[in-house]
Amino acid sequence: MQGATQGAGRNRIVRFLVRRSAQAGLTLLAIAVLNFVIVHLAPGDAIDVLAGEFGGADAQYLDKLRRSYGLDQPIYVQLFQYLFNVVQLNLGFSFRNNMPVFDLIMTRLPATLLLMVASMLLSFTAGLLLGVFSARRVNTFADDAVSVLALLCYATPLFWFGLMAIVLFTVKLNLLPGNGMYTIGSNLGWFAATLDVARHLVLPACSLALFHMAVYTRLMRASMLEVYGLDYIRTARAKGLSQRRIAFRHVLPNAILPMVTMLGLQVGSLLGGAVLVETVFGWPGLGRLAFDAILQRDHNLLIGILLLGSALVVIANLITDLLYAWLDPRIEVA
Amino acid sequence: MLPAIPRLTRATAFCLAIFLCAWIGGHASAAEPTSGGTLSMILNPEPAVLAAGVNTSSPVYTVSPKIFEGLVTYDAKFKMLPQLATAWNVSADGRTMTFKLRPNVKWHDGKPFTSADVQYTFMEILKKVHSRGPATFLHLNAVQTPDPLTAVFRLAEPSPYVMRALAGAESPIMPKHIYEGTDPLKNPANLAPIGTGPFKFKEWQRGSHITLVRNPDYWDKPKPYLDTLIFRIIPDGAARAVALESGAVQYGTQYIVPLNDVQRLRSLPNLAVTTAGYEYNTSVNYMEFNLRRPYLQDRRVRQAIAHAINTDFLVKNVWFGFAEKATSPVTNKQADFHTNKVPQYPYDLKKAESLLDQAGLKRGADGTRFKVTIDWAPSGEMFRQTAEVLKQSLGRIGIPAEIRSSDNPTYLRRVWTDNDFDINIYSASNIADPVIGLQRFYWSKTIQKGVSYSNGSGYNNPAMDKLLESAQVENNPAKRKAMYADVQKLVMTDLPNMGLVYIQWFTIHDKKVKNLNTTGLGPYESFSSVYIEK
Repeated sequence: MQGATQGAGRNRIVRFLVRRSAQAGLTLLAIAVLNFVIVHLAPGDAIDVLAGEFGGADAQYLDKLRRSYGLDQPIYVQLFQYLFNVVQLNLGFSFRNNMPVFDLIMTRLPATLLLMVASMLLSFTAGLLLGVFSARRVNTFADDAVSVLALLCYATPLFWFGLMAIVLFTVKLNLLPGNGMYTIGSNLGWFAATLDVARHLVLPACSLALFHMAVYTRLMRASMLEVYGLDYIRTARAKGLSQRRIAFRHVLPNAILPMVTMLGLQVGSLLGGAVLVETVFGWPGLGRLAFDAILQRDHNLLIGILLLGSALVVIANLITDLLYAWLDPRIEVA
Repeated sequence: MLPAIPRLTRATAFCLAIFLCAWIGGHASAAEPTSGGTLSMILNPEPAVLAAGVNTSSPVYTVSPKIFEGLVTYDAKFKMLPQLATAWNVSADGRTMTFKLRPNVKWHDGKPFTSADVQYTFMEILKKVHSRGPATFLHLNAVQTPDPLTAVFRLAEPSPYVMRALAGAESPIMPKHIYEGTDPLKNPANLAPIGTGPFKFKEWQRGSHITLVRNPDYWDKPKPYLDTLIFRIIPDGAARAVALESGAVQYGTQYIVPLNDVQRLRSLPNLAVTTAGYEYNTSVNYMEFNLRRPYLQDRRVRQAIAHAINTDFLVKNVWFGFAEKATSPVTNKQADFHTNKVPQYPYDLKKAESLLDQAGLKRGADGTRFKVTIDWAPSGEMFRQTAEVLKQSLGRIGIPAEIRSSDNPTYLRRVWTDNDFDINIYSASNIADPVIGLQRFYWSKTIQKGVSYSNGSGYNNPAMDKLLESAQVENNPAKRKAMYADVQKLVMTDLPNMGLVYIQWFTIHDKKVKNLNTTGLGPYESFSSVYIEK
């Protein structure tokens, strides 16, 4: 009996994954079309930008560039060409950067992933701990202090925080590097090199984590308080369990679910916040690449990055759903 | 009113200090250069490629000349100095130019540099894929190569401006053996270039930095002095200031930090600010009128607006002294062409109002005459501030103005493709010679939709066309100067656009970095002479 149920469970998960993957594929294709249209609605194209930067080019030269980049084709031809490529997992060519879009993204993706993962871990852990801390001391001075801190972090523009952190930690105290991802031109061993990257990571990861840490703190506090009011906690209290045991064994596991939802949502918004942080800290990531692509009307590159971002969010949602089922046995994947 | 006085004095003292620095810099006796060391410099924005033969945007213009050299370079007064050519000669009729090339020069991959490279560069790259090359080398019919170290330019018409466009940044000599048979625009060598210059390409970490290393086989031994040249891509203005302040980078050019930040950086003990080195590439901040608009078609209206803008105020408060009041459309740095014997439009609101009245545009019941829009080039805060100053002034003479802000592609398309603007505030370089840098704004043949920084006003005057076309093929320098003086007079009379200020770009650098401005190209030079004092 036991084995049969397990087998059915596994089958259900496989079916779920297959169906969700198909849905994800269609979603991504729809996103690609939408992105393509929206991006092309902005006035001006890559050649306008090049012409502006070059200064003193003539019309024939610009026509030649447009032809050479395929920008003289009607927009629907460009769209079908693009979709045809995307289906074959080919993101096209960035004429502006003289490189295939995929290669270009791959040069920048590791930096962004590192920054994202670091700041997610940081904000999730710090938010969780602060939330638990607050909820256990509800309506005390410590609770209020945490709330004020969370409000401050929530309201502070992250580029401003980044700049202030640079002024304090880089210029005044000379403790941490304020620009770039590693010390350029240094020949370090792997351990020293890792440490070097970690040092460069501190300020940008903290700046990016701040906002979401505030959200997690408030969320965790509210969620904990809600669970504290449930009947089974009263039972636990009646049993004479210690406050610590109640908080960590009975309340926390049941209060964490909304946090997981938030984590899934954070993946999407991190890419947006990364633009500012990457600009302020000169972090060589995707956010800035996307921002430059907008200003340069490098449409292939921009759509490529957006598509990748969408894929990331879709995957994150999938993982969130699976995590739910794992964390809360009452929820089933279907 | 009180605070205005100290501010004025400070600004004056500041200008004086800059002049003093430039003067001392020019007169200090050169110490013996020392070899070795790394120079980190700011680069912004990140370039698309590293070869100025196929892309003339400003970051490429900065990196490329360290790798690729020109036939010659120029001193601060536009005198030609040898680089890849050791001697040159122009025939009396101006239709033949002969260059003797430097012997024993090698490309970074070890292949010898010969006249075939020169021929290929001019005929296949500069004449075909360079943004300005087709215009500059319009009359260049052929480059003959009688021997490996001689290149002879055959021109259909005299083209004296060719001799001003041969610097490494503007016309880099590129390797035939790498580019022949390829589409130069898409050649992978544009990303990892091979040149003859003092520095070799090493790596390009996108979004982070570009590293060049010393070329040990450089022809001008013991140069270059630096071992490594690193271009750090730092997109944020405040972060650039911090990088200079903390010593992480030692050199930055042009619009590195907001102008009101320069004074603070100047006061730091390790940093110096200099305005030398921008003689070859001088920029003018213009105000352009769209002559397709009914009100602006009347010359008196344009003159009235010219009278309404206080350029002294702009120099002091928008440019913080890093500009001079403009008197003509040609910068005073180009002494071979500039004249100030042209009509002037001093700040005079009464005169402006009376000109508008004469044009029949009396104030209506609500006190206004007509409305205008002002667009500004989104390449610096100064242009937005200038637009704001103009808006205030125009409001006072009964012309309410609306400022439109947009991102660069939107702005470029609006002004030069859709021609949907009234007044446009922008800057443009005079680039070496009026044929290359100036006539594009006034020649009727340069009214070309889609070509940014061309004749956007739609100015079409047969007298101007005749002047420009005869100046193009005039071989006598004195006659050319007189012709361009007439051009400037006509511009200042008709006012399709108007120079507001001559921009004085500046370099901020560590005081230990020496020999930065040995020629008129400053940041766009090869840096073979630059060294770091031990």
